[in-house]
Amino acid sequence: MSLQSDLGRVKGLGSSKSGTSHWWAQRVTALALIPLTLWFIYSTIKFVGMDLISFGAWLNEPGSVLLLSLFLIALFYHMQLGLQVVIEDYVHGEKNKVFLLLINKFAAALFAISSLVAIIQIAYGG
Amino acid sequence: MNSRTRPISPHLQVYKPQITSVLSILHRITGVGLAVGALALVYWLNSAAYGPEAFNRTQEFMATWFGRLLLFGWTWALFYHLCNGIRHLFWDAGMGFGLPNVNFTGWIVVLSSIIFTLGSWFIGYGMVGG
Repeated sequence: MSLQSDLGRVKGLGSSKSGTSHWWAQRVTALALIPLTLWFIYSTIKFVGMDLISFGAWLNEPGSVLLLSLFLIALFYHMQLGLQVVIEDYVHGEKNKVFLLLINKFAAALFAISSLVAIIQIAYGG
Repeated sequence: MNSRTRPISPHLQVYKPQITSVLSILHRITGVGLAVGALALVYWLNSAAYGPEAFNRTQEFMATWFGRLLLFGWTWALFYHLCNGIRHLFWDAGMGFGLPNVNFTGWIVVLSSIIFTLGSWFIGYGMVGG
């Protein structure tokens, strides 16, 4: 027998109030990051000591902008989800916690978008 | 009775470190470390967008011994988090829960993260020659 109300059971959101969406998103981004990270590491090795002209040329190769963008979006989404759990676990006091959770979300959005803008500027800025 | 002197929940410090618990906390530590690395990646990309001088300054800093130490640390953290993350995904799929299995895959993760890290730095030095 469950002590949950019928409405609570139908909604299926549990005590977290958000159901399994956070957990699931973390796994989906993790799965996407497996091939993307391997590609990124392979690429980074080539960046060692590279000047800006060569980096621009690399970025203009087919697939570079697309794969780097996919990697950055998955990375910052995954980072935001992971840091959120760390904050929820270790930061006590509702005010501090909510404040840091907001900073975490804003920072992840800022980092993701600023790096995407940077890539577009380098690749297409001429 | 003074409640402050009563024993509370078991302290983490009194437990003997085990491969399972050490790798678990390392997953979190490397995750936070990689978030700092992601910040460096944002800086690196933005310095490239800013212009050749800014980009060269970033590249020169990354070539110093301290820059290389950071990159080496991030390389290992990335491979560790990647390998152990795959281990976690198998658990999520309901596989590999037996204790001998968990210990075995734990050591596989440690070993492969070290091999991949050294391997990519070996390739890196081979390509640019120091």
